[in-house]
Formats: sequence, C-alpha cells, structure tokens
Amino acid sequence: MAESVVDASELSAAQKPQISNETAVEIIGMSKWYGDFNVLKDINLKVKRGERIVICGPSGSGKSTMIRCINRLEEHQKGQIIVEGTELTNDLKKIDEIRRDVGMCFQHFNLFPHLTILENCTLAPMWVRKMPKREAEELAMHFLKRVRIPEQAKKYPGQLSGGQQQRVAIARALCMQPKIMLFDEPTSALDPEMVKEVLDTMVGLANDGMTMLCVTHEMGFARQVANRVIFMDAGQIIEMNEPNAFFANPQHERTKLFLSQILH
Amino acid sequence: MSDVAIGHGQPFVRKEILQPEPPPASLVGFSGWARQNLFVGPANTLLSLFCLALATYVAWIMLDFLVLRAVWTGANREACIGPEVGACWPFITTRFGQMLYGFYPAEEHWRPATVFFVAVALIAPLLTPSAPYKKANALLFFVAFPIFAFVMLSGGFFGLRPVETRAWGGLLVTLVVATTGIVASLPLGVLLALGRRSKLPVVRFFAIAFIEFWRGVPLITVLFFATYMLPLFLPSGWSIDGLLRALVGVSLFSAAYMAEVVRGGLQAIPKGQYEGAMAMGLRYWPMMILIVLPQALKLVIPGIVNTFIGLFKDTTLVAIISIFDFLGIIRSAFADPNWATPGTVYTGFAFAGIVYFIFCYGMSRYSRFVEERLDVGHKH
Ligand SMILES: Nc1ncnc2c1ncn2[C@@H]1O[C@H](COP(=O)(O)OP(=O)(O)O)[C@@H](O)[C@H]1O
Ligand SMILES: [Mg+2]
Repeated sequence: MAESVVDASELSAAQKPQISNETAVEIIGMSKWYGDFNVLKDINLKVKRGERIVICGPSGSGKSTMIRCINRLEEHQKGQIIVEGTELTNDLKKIDEIRRDVGMCFQHFNLFPHLTILENCTLAPMWVRKMPKREAEELAMHFLKRVRIPEQAKKYPGQLSGGQQQRVAIARALCMQPKIMLFDEPTSALDPEMVKEVLDTMVGLANDGMTMLCVTHEMGFARQVANRVIFMDAGQIIEMNEPNAFFANPQHERTKLFLSQILH
Repeated sequence: MSDVAIGHGQPFVRKEILQPEPPPASLVGFSGWARQNLFVGPANTLLSLFCLALATYVAWIMLDFLVLRAVWTGANREACIGPEVGACWPFITTRFGQMLYGFYPAEEHWRPATVFFVAVALIAPLLTPSAPYKKANALLFFVAFPIFAFVMLSGGFFGLRPVETRAWGGLLVTLVVATTGIVASLPLGVLLALGRRSKLPVVRFFAIAFIEFWRGVPLITVLFFATYMLPLFLPSGWSIDGLLRALVGVSLFSAAYMAEVVRGGLQAIPKGQYEGAMAMGLRYWPMMILIVLPQALKLVIPGIVNTFIGLFKDTTLVAIISIFDFLGIIRSAFADPNWATPGTVYTGFAFAGIVYFIFCYGMSRYSRFVEERLDVGHKH
C-alpha cells in the first residue's frame, strides 16, 4: 500500500474547479444487510455537482458496497439514495436512468475480453443510447485520445498492460457521458509503475469538473484533488473532513490508527 | 562476456546489456522435438516405441483389408468369395444410391441431391469466417433453407410428387436428423441454461425439471415413447409424422445435454463481467447476448461440439423405430442373398465407420479451428 502512494507534487497541477450548489448524490439514513450481517449502517452523505470525494478505510469496512449502492449494483434495504434528482427504487426505468448518469471503474477493470478496445467503448453508446455506429466510434476515439491510448483501439484488452486497461475502462465509462463517476480502488490491482498514468487521468477528469466518488488509498491523490475525505470503518462513516485537516489533524481514534498504518 | 557477478563482497554493475541468442541445437528441429518429447528416459522411450509399433500394426491391418486385398469390381457375391479376399467394394457401389437416399424413389433422387448441394453451398460460407454477407447467409440457411428442404424432400407442392418420410432413408435421414438436432438444440440449450440460472423461481424450476427429465431417460425410451405411446395420448384422428416425432425427440434430448454444457460456460464468467455490463446500463438480454454468452459459449466449444458429435452418432438409434438411417440401410443390405459373403458385413461396417468418422472428425477439426481463431486474450 505505502509504496504506491503518489506524492502530490508529482501529479500535474490541479486547480480545484468550482463546486455547484446543486446536489448530485444524496444518501439519507441508508442501511444495508447481507443476510443477518449489517454491512452498512445509517449512511448519510450529500455530494454536490463537481465535488470530489475520496473514501478510505480498512478492508471489509463497506466502502465498495456503499458506492455500488449508488448505481444499484447492490440494493439497500433502508433509507434513501437520490441520484441526480431520481430516487433509487425497484423501478427498472429509474435504475436505467441512473446508470446512464453514473459511470463506474472497478479494481479489476472488468473490460470485455472478447471485444476490441473500440468495441468496449462503443457498446453502451450504441446499445443503451442507440447511437449510430459511426457516431459512437467518433465519441469513443475522442475519449480514447483523452486517456491517451487512441493507438490501441483495435487491440483486445488482453494485449494491454494493466494501466492501459484501466485507462480504457475510464474511457469506456466516459463514453456514456456520465454526470458522476465512481471509482472502486482503480489502482489497487496495478503494478507500481502504472499507478501514476491512471491517477493522472483521474486528476485530468477532476480538473474538468467531473463529480467523483473514489475509493482509494492513494493519499497523494486525495490531497491533490479531493474536496472531502471520508473514513469508513465497520460499515459506518467515522470521519469526514477536507483533506488537509483530515491528514494533519484526524479526530477519531480509528482514523488516527488507520492513517498511522498506511502513512507509516 | 566478462561482465560477471560472482560471490559477495564485490559490488556489481552491469556494463553491457546482453542480446538474445538462438536456442541450442538440442531444442530445434524434428530430432530436438523427438528427443524432448518421445525419448526422455527409458520408460518414456519404451512407451513411445510400443505405441509406434501398435499404430503401425493397426494401420497395416487396415490398409491390407481395405486396399491391398480388396475386391474393386464385380456383379454379385461371386466376386468376393475366396480365402484371401478383403473388403468387397462392389457391394457398396451397387447399393450406393440406397445408402444415400434409402427407399426414396430412384427417379426423384435429384431432389435430395439438390438439397444436399444447396446445404453445402450455404453451410460452407457460413463456416468460413472470411466469407462476406454473413447475415444474409445465416438468414438463408436458418429460415429459407428449412422451408426449401421440406418442400423439395416431402413434395406435394409445385407439381413435385409427394414422398412419404417412411421412404426416406440412408445418409439423407442421418443428416436431416443430425442437422435439425444440432440447429435446434443449441438455442434451446442456451435458453434452458439461462432459465436454470434465472432469479425467477418458476422459470428456474421449469428449466431444472425439463433438463433433469430429458437427461434422466435414455434416448431409446424417448423414441419408443414418441412412436408407440404418443399416439395413445393424442385425440383420435390425429397423427404426427414418424420422422417428425424422432426429430423432436432427438432435439429436446440434446437440448437438455446442451443446457448443462452451456451452464458450465456461464458459471465460468466472472461476476465482474456482469457488473461491468450492468454499470453501463445494459439490461438482462443485451448483457447476455453481447457480453456473457459470447464468452461462455467460446469457453465450452469443445463441450458443444462433443454434444453435436454424440448427437450425430445417436441418430443411428432411430433404427429401432423402423427409420432406416445410414447405418440401418447398410445393415438391411447384409440380408441381400446376392451379396452374402463372409466379408460383406466387415465391408459394410468399415464403410459406415469411415463415413461417420469423416463427419465427426470434420466437426472436431472445425471446432479446434474456431477455438484458435477466437483466442484473443492472452492474460486477463
Ligand atoms: N455478496 C456478499 N455477500 C455477503 N457478504 C458480503 C458480500 N459482499 C461483501 N460482503 C461483506 O461485506 C463487507 C464489506 O465489503 P466491501 O464493501 O467489499 O468492503 P471494502 O470495499 O471496504 O473492502 C465485508 O465484510 C464483506 O465480507
Ligand atoms: Mg472494496
């Protein structure tokens, strides 16, 4: 963990763009169970448009589960989740609507190995947004350029390095032109020399004003782009603060312990 | 070359970066391959020699019987009698038409022949990846061709003389049953496999019940039931064509096996693939058709082709409901007193074996070709 922490000064400069007053995601009194196991307990969180939230915490604390509830990869049992004004319920139409607004990148990329990079990127625009093929390909190339791998478009995911695959995954999510991006430990499965290229891409995204919720232990990234850092443990939000104060002056015992473990 | 790191105490910094060298001679060429694969150690060497000897012996026996001692021409059994006689090929050639078409009237043989050629003309480009117009081709084969084949073979339309399916036989029946079974069992099997993994209990229950029922009874029982018992359950006056009953029985039977093969593939697809697809907003069917099934089916190509090959050979079982498929026709020919010699039976079975082998081995080779072609991912 500690080796891959990127020094904030290494990353390209971020300007922290304006945050809007409108709400992108609102979670109110949300709880979730796996059988008897109460994995999330009374989560309350409001994310404004353009805001960047970094979520950290020990393994098994419920970070993934929480962000996966936002696009209904997991179902919550209590409380409310409102995404871009739409409340998540069992209504499939609403789930579709929200998934169109929310892009997600996973720890293991989850690219489709039987499709080329370009096909990975054009799939959702063509099948969900019903975009003509030509237009979808132009869009895909635009975002592949943005993550700086347009030359790999005709290759298959298995032929790319981990860092390149994760950048493709980011481009693929962007092709849906989402309003919110979720990242679940996007650099944890990468070899150390590839972490920076992915973080740079994410910083670029942040600088463009994307609303982002990132589960990550890259504290350099958190310092540089986050508006708020959230620390979770045992299915609860333990502490939340703006990054400088969070790192310089953690309040809760568990936060202190966790930070002392990952920052030496 | 003097750039060597030895021992401790001395720090080491490489001055010259090494270039790759060609492999040593013991790794290359046939002799290298043989030394590494066939003659490693005494046990391996003995086993290799034994297998080589066995293979040579079997090949020699076959060559001797089928070619060297074989009789190639003749009008009846007289030609094939004698102690030194091998295969009796005139027995096959004189009955060749019957082996292809059964008791289909001789003056109408051009009809099944046309169907054969059209089938080949449609299947060959369909199976060739580089051939163009795949969609039109598939449409022709899966929609237009069955209608065309039905009209041509059964007749009764366009002035074509009706030919009852009871008269069909030989390779014609074998191919009709096998092709229908293959084409019907894959989509049915996929649906059943998806049903068995469905979240909806009713769908899941139905799929499980169907699969377990058809897997639980022997194909012979199915065919017997369809032929002798089904009529008892149908309203009087109703009757279903005998061949059609066999087709349905074989298709449903293979579909159950196919379902389990496909389910194996579905289980091997990581959860992340579903999540990736769902996070993009794909619903169930697009996700299955675009993401999950292409990967799952690719994984189980060997199993699918295995089921196809099994089905192809199981078509011989229709013999027990008095349908004379390829093997059935050959066996019925053994009774012909004109050709009854000790070698006739061997010749007939050898010929049947060769023909079945050509089809089954062809499928097997094609599946290897497809597997290699679809192999795009090196690492995950
Ligand atoms: N599908 C599941 N069924 C049961 N328990 C689960 C499931 N997924 C996760 N969990 C449990 O929920 C807890 C939180 O998991 P997760 O959100 O993945 O944690 P994190 O991402 O913070 O490491 C863990 O204890 C994990 O074992
Ligand atoms: Mg996690």
